[in-house]
Amino acid sequence: MTAFFTALLNSLDIGLLLFVIAVGLNIVFGVLNVINFAHGALYMIGAYLGFSLIAMLGWPFWAALIVAPLGVAALAVVLDRLVLRFIYGREITDSLLLTFALLLVLNESVRMIWGSGIHVVEPPALLAGTLDLPGGVRYPVYNLFVIGVGLAMLAGLWALFNRSRVGRIMRAASLDADMAKALGINTRLVVTGAFAFGAWLAAVGGVVAAPMRAIDPGMGDKIIIESFIVVVIGGLGSFPGALIGALVLGAIHAFGGRYFPEVNMVLPFIGMALVLLVKPNGLMGKGAA
Amino acid sequence: MKNAIVLIVLAAVLAGLVALPWVAPYFYIFLGTEVLILGLFAASFNLVFGYSGMLSFGHAAFYGIGAYATALILLHLEWPFLACLVVAMGAGALLALVIGFLSVRLDEVYFAMLTLAFGMMVFAVAHQWRSVTNGSDGIAGFMLGDFAPGVDWSLGDPAVYYHVVLGVVVVAAAVLYLICRSSFGLILRAIRQNPERVSFCGLDVRRYRLAAFTVAGAFAGLSGALMAPFLRVASPEMLHWSMSAEPVLMSILGGTGYFLGPFFGAAIFVLLESWITGFTDAWMLVLGVMLALMVMFFRRGVLGTLLDWVQGNHD
Repeated sequence: MTAFFTALLNSLDIGLLLFVIAVGLNIVFGVLNVINFAHGALYMIGAYLGFSLIAMLGWPFWAALIVAPLGVAALAVVLDRLVLRFIYGREITDSLLLTFALLLVLNESVRMIWGSGIHVVEPPALLAGTLDLPGGVRYPVYNLFVIGVGLAMLAGLWALFNRSRVGRIMRAASLDADMAKALGINTRLVVTGAFAFGAWLAAVGGVVAAPMRAIDPGMGDKIIIESFIVVVIGGLGSFPGALIGALVLGAIHAFGGRYFPEVNMVLPFIGMALVLLVKPNGLMGKGAA
Repeated sequence: MKNAIVLIVLAAVLAGLVALPWVAPYFYIFLGTEVLILGLFAASFNLVFGYSGMLSFGHAAFYGIGAYATALILLHLEWPFLACLVVAMGAGALLALVIGFLSVRLDEVYFAMLTLAFGMMVFAVAHQWRSVTNGSDGIAGFMLGDFAPGVDWSLGDPAVYYHVVLGVVVVAAAVLYLICRSSFGLILRAIRQNPERVSFCGLDVRRYRLAAFTVAGAFAGLSGALMAPFLRVASPEMLHWSMSAEPVLMSILGGTGYFLGPFFGAAIFVLLESWITGFTDAWMLVLGVMLALMVMFFRRGVLGTLLDWVQGNHD
């Protein structure tokens, strides 16, 4: 029973972290109609920036958690103004190609700046160690913190999209960009803003993930595939879909790793294939295939 | 008149390629072999991308499985090379059929995502299924025997292997060309331009896309089968998404609108790679920057831009 509870908590911390990252992918898709293949690379840059601030400059974890994602968001603004603006209004294939090219460039840049080695970030003292939960479950405090961050982001994003003017503008721009423009919304600003916001979410995920996982140049590849699986399971562009997809994938990892370690690696893909066969638009997706 | 010029140029290039081992130093035999194999790989990708309008970021899966199939057969069964080529084509086609079946169900955004994801699944399997694939080291130490039963051409000689590759690639390219020119190829091009209209004509768009993807998988498998003995190894890097990026760039470099565009792009790519890796190991960075610049400014590719220019001068 203890093992079961541990796996349950595990699926929450994996799942909610994935939600934060995948929802960024979804927001960018919603507003720009582009799947950002470099999203995982931005997550990785967030983690590396956090690592540099904490381990090399000696900043406290909390400062890095604030500053590193803002740095990645600023990078996203630069990329948008310098590169992506060339393909707005072109075929969707061109935008896929361009973000794919960004993935190559960012990945290799990370390798050049930080090297190919593995880095470790220690959790802050406040969150170190383990906690004894009722039922005899002993769980790392940091992973509970990740669950807390995930829930806070979930609540914050829900409020942003349903209760704030900025969120309504973003939703309007994703529903009908021309109409939003006609109503006096600066859609260009919304597009850049949404791209930066998506990058910020990826980078927050990166900094939060850093003390839980090792930092290496392959981490971005892993997370972009995971995010794809999340949005395919949940339904591309759907907010509740990102949550459900992320929790499903979190559960697949946590329980699969515990009970089926031999085939753990292919389980997420089997889950994705099953969803594609039964509900091609995802569990929360709309419309027919 | 125009056709005659094209034929003469093609014949001259082909003659040059056949004569290459006698006139050029050893180094160029290796470059030539690589260009031919990667050209075929890129041409198989372009059947899906340029002709059918589907952008696949997982094409290395079929190339890689062809390489692994060949390496495994040569290592454990020691079959003649021709049999390896056939099996590799079958393996590539089968894998493409399965991945394609799941990936062509929705639009091009999903297609790009799913091909990348399933491609990385194949990579992860090759990387971790150590008992069969030997993990990150890959499969090495296999020997090339006869070409066909009883036909010993001493394939270990780079010049001989180059000629075998040239022959196989020319035959494969001719078959691919006939496919592109057939009514099947015409339907694919129609689907690229307007899938709704094709489906209103009563054709099953999904089935045609899946067929194109499967054929492309077979030829990618063939190119992988040619590459494994050339590199003397089948390694997980051949399955990685960065390998899938290569035919994308080659096709766009050469020009996706032309049958020979990918071959032309492969030649530029290999020459650039051998030149640039001479003074930096950040080849991927260069690759990404080139891809971005091509997409932003030269979407018709070098061959396309060149032909536009030539035709502009003659008309």
